[in-house]
Amino acid sequence: MMKASKRLSPLGAVGIALGLAGAFVGHAANAQDFAITGVTVATGDGSEPVENGAVLVRGGRVVYAGPASGMPATGGATAVDGQGAWVTPGIVAAVTTLGLLDVGGVGESNDSSARNSPFSAALDVAPIVNPNSQHILVHRAAGVTRAATTTSPSASIFGGQGAIIDLGADPDAVMRPRAFQMVALGEQGGRIAGGSRAAAHVLFRNALREAMRLGEDAQIPGRSSDRPETDLGDDVPIDPRLSGEYAERAGDVLLTRFDASALVPVVRGEQMLLVAVERASDIRSVLALKQEFPRLDMVLVGASEGWLVAQDIAAAGVPVIADGLDDLPQNFEELAATQSNIGRLAAAGVTVAINASAMENPRNLNQFAGNLVALSRVPGASGLSWGQALATITSVPARILGLEGRAGALTQGAAGDLVMWDGDPLEVGSTPTRVFIDGVEQPLENHQSKLKERYRDLDRGDLPKGYVW
Amino acid sequence: MKRFAMLACAAAMAVSGCSTADGGSGTASASDARGAALGADGRVPYASTYQRYPGRPTALVGATVFDGRGGRIENGTVLFRDGEVVAVGDASLSTDGYDRIDGAGKFVTPGVIDIHSHLGDYPTPSVEAHSDGNEATSPMTPEVWAEHSVWPQDPGFTRALANGGVTALQILPGSANLTGGRSVTLKNVSARTVQGMKFPGAPYGMKMACGENPKRVYGGKGRMPSTRMGNFAVNRQMWLDAQAYDGEKRDLGKETLKGVLDGEILIHNHCYRADEMALVIDMAKEMGYKVTAFHHAVEAYKIGDLLRENDICSAIWADWYGFKMESYDGILENAALLQKAGACVVIHSDDANGIQRLNQEAAKAQAAGLRLGMDIPDADVIGWFTYNAAKAMGIGEMTGSLEAGKMADVVLWNGDPLSVYSRPEKVWIDGALMYDAMDRTRRPVSDFELGQPGEGDVK
Repeated sequence: MMKASKRLSPLGAVGIALGLAGAFVGHAANAQDFAITGVTVATGDGSEPVENGAVLVRGGRVVYAGPASGMPATGGATAVDGQGAWVTPGIVAAVTTLGLLDVGGVGESNDSSARNSPFSAALDVAPIVNPNSQHILVHRAAGVTRAATTTSPSASIFGGQGAIIDLGADPDAVMRPRAFQMVALGEQGGRIAGGSRAAAHVLFRNALREAMRLGEDAQIPGRSSDRPETDLGDDVPIDPRLSGEYAERAGDVLLTRFDASALVPVVRGEQMLLVAVERASDIRSVLALKQEFPRLDMVLVGASEGWLVAQDIAAAGVPVIADGLDDLPQNFEELAATQSNIGRLAAAGVTVAINASAMENPRNLNQFAGNLVALSRVPGASGLSWGQALATITSVPARILGLEGRAGALTQGAAGDLVMWDGDPLEVGSTPTRVFIDGVEQPLENHQSKLKERYRDLDRGDLPKGYVW
Repeated sequence: MKRFAMLACAAAMAVSGCSTADGGSGTASASDARGAALGADGRVPYASTYQRYPGRPTALVGATVFDGRGGRIENGTVLFRDGEVVAVGDASLSTDGYDRIDGAGKFVTPGVIDIHSHLGDYPTPSVEAHSDGNEATSPMTPEVWAEHSVWPQDPGFTRALANGGVTALQILPGSANLTGGRSVTLKNVSARTVQGMKFPGAPYGMKMACGENPKRVYGGKGRMPSTRMGNFAVNRQMWLDAQAYDGEKRDLGKETLKGVLDGEILIHNHCYRADEMALVIDMAKEMGYKVTAFHHAVEAYKIGDLLRENDICSAIWADWYGFKMESYDGILENAALLQKAGACVVIHSDDANGIQRLNQEAAKAQAAGLRLGMDIPDADVIGWFTYNAAKAMGIGEMTGSLEAGKMADVVLWNGDPLSVYSRPEKVWIDGALMYDAMDRTRRPVSDFELGQPGEGDVK
């Protein structure tokens, strides 16, 4: 369901919307109709930018984006002269902790992990996202309009249920609660599970079986049927008590019933599963889990060595939210890390977006995308075209998150999430001049912009700086 | 997905550090060893054994040249031979006797210099066995030297060269301690030993840290300091004790502190908040030393006038903020506001990834200034990660700019270095071609990476 309770703020002015929490309110009542001309338009779908472009938004949704020559009748829409600006879809940031913390190093303000909680998979960020977080305000001003936000695995390999949020200036941030579950199955997962990846795999399989059984007990439809017999390929057959629906429940202390319940939609393939994994061999093992749990709707996150197994990932049809510029053997599961990872994955036919959690600030997604374009000019490296690069931070993450046609691209019927930039949006230093979410113009002021104004000069006034606000 | 938390910035949360080198090109002399007592053999300890590699007389012609000190020449010519810059000028310079490299459509800058790095001390793989950047066992460890932790095989050096055009860098101890120890300045040239990388003639630095890290680390151990006032008390007593050192009985820590008081060792002070920087400036005056640069100075913009008056550089990121309480007021306009105040700006990394993109970080900071109405010329912005860094590291007379007689540390970029779309095409260090994007044999591969997946990849 597309959240749509944005109140109109007049174009060019700043207004705080009064979204009705939990209520579905049609766009038309709130968003203003506007037609932007005189801009370079990049639709985010992988195509190259179009000069002399135009965009028409009605009722909070995109009606048209493309060459000005193809613009339909604008009717009573407010005319906006773009004056040579660029227009793109809003940036879609995956994966983030936006809205879950104020200061990373201040534990009291930080809800991004729950190391001491008895619960894991059941953790749900929907009730705790803070739309007034300065990080949301700063990233809104940087052109990020939607994000996948989640707690990270800490007490268990399962991180909990993440949400898709918008960054609009209204109280109603959560667009899709419980959009995905998060699990760590590489080095991090191994550490958490007891010191070995082997422990993580057992924990994972045990948990999913628990969820499967729980789904059956509750007579929830959706369990997989007619799975092939598990063959380990060696002489020792797997004990049936360790496999499939016959698995015994003894010793299931690793998973609370609450957590098991939260995993039911995962085993049923109704909730996406983000799998944090880096090493090539770990990626293969993750892809193989589909044989045992065929309904899993998996997305790989990280995948620094993904390029080594790009064909396997492509064949499995599993999308990747990949680290963009990591090129160091940060640990032993990333020995093959290279900035060409995304370019090579894309060339192999993998659906690949840039992973925001692999950078200091998600607001640098556009800089990372620009670097992928730069790589296309380095002999031996693999980069992306400009249009492809923009897509890795707009339409592709949107598609991976299940928002295709709704966000991340200026296609007809998509949400009116637009950013007007003062220059090439992938270039360092380009900045949004106006940001729209669901067709509603957003305020761009925040703690940082106020500090900038206060300290614009250091002159001694009649009163201290504390009176300048 | 190593960070997995917005603004996790674990490196900055944890710690960072500082020390230096000495010796001449391969033959260390006592006169180069500022701040280091001679050993029993009468020689400079751990002297640089760096020797430049062979180069050819080279003429870069037709490119846009930034000299690192505010100069910009269109269709410029840069001549270097025997490790030194011979001349920088326009197309009328004679290139007779030089190999000509056509730089049309490209750009030339001095080698990029990072004033704040932990490469080698916190190398990758960043496993516990490699964690050698903080001697976090006492709040004052002026006796430790960062060079004694450097692992020359850190793959990070090669990435900084290939993607960042980095030709020199200062390795600092971390920021767990109020006084972290000596820094070392390195040439970014692959070597078997750290001595083989030490920048000949570079002065030592000493890393200090104010604020949250020392009080957290030691307060957490139930010992002093556990507060900011404790930080200052421990520091001030340390300086008073150092002032009384007569040098008769060798004391490694006191030797370092004496070097600072004598003005031979430069202070690089990790400090975020404006009010704390002002207190440190007063402490330096009280105790008789000078702060060369505040590092991570995210609030420097609040006291640009004070920093200018005290001739202190601010070594900063473009846009890191919000990962710890003392970084909460970080803003993109920091560098521009400092420039406006007439204070010295250095863009630093403190990060094995960020060091590969110092040029881009500077460009972001420049753009933020433009939105403030400040049009800072590209040629000045280049200085933020070349000459200003060199100056603050005490090597500005030798490198950091393209001027006759200086080291031929040079980057040829395949486009505007302030654009995201540009990369180093060739990098010379002391006139030797140490990286060439067009020639995979001109690309170092660390011992660690031999035989590993991705060996020799462009990265």
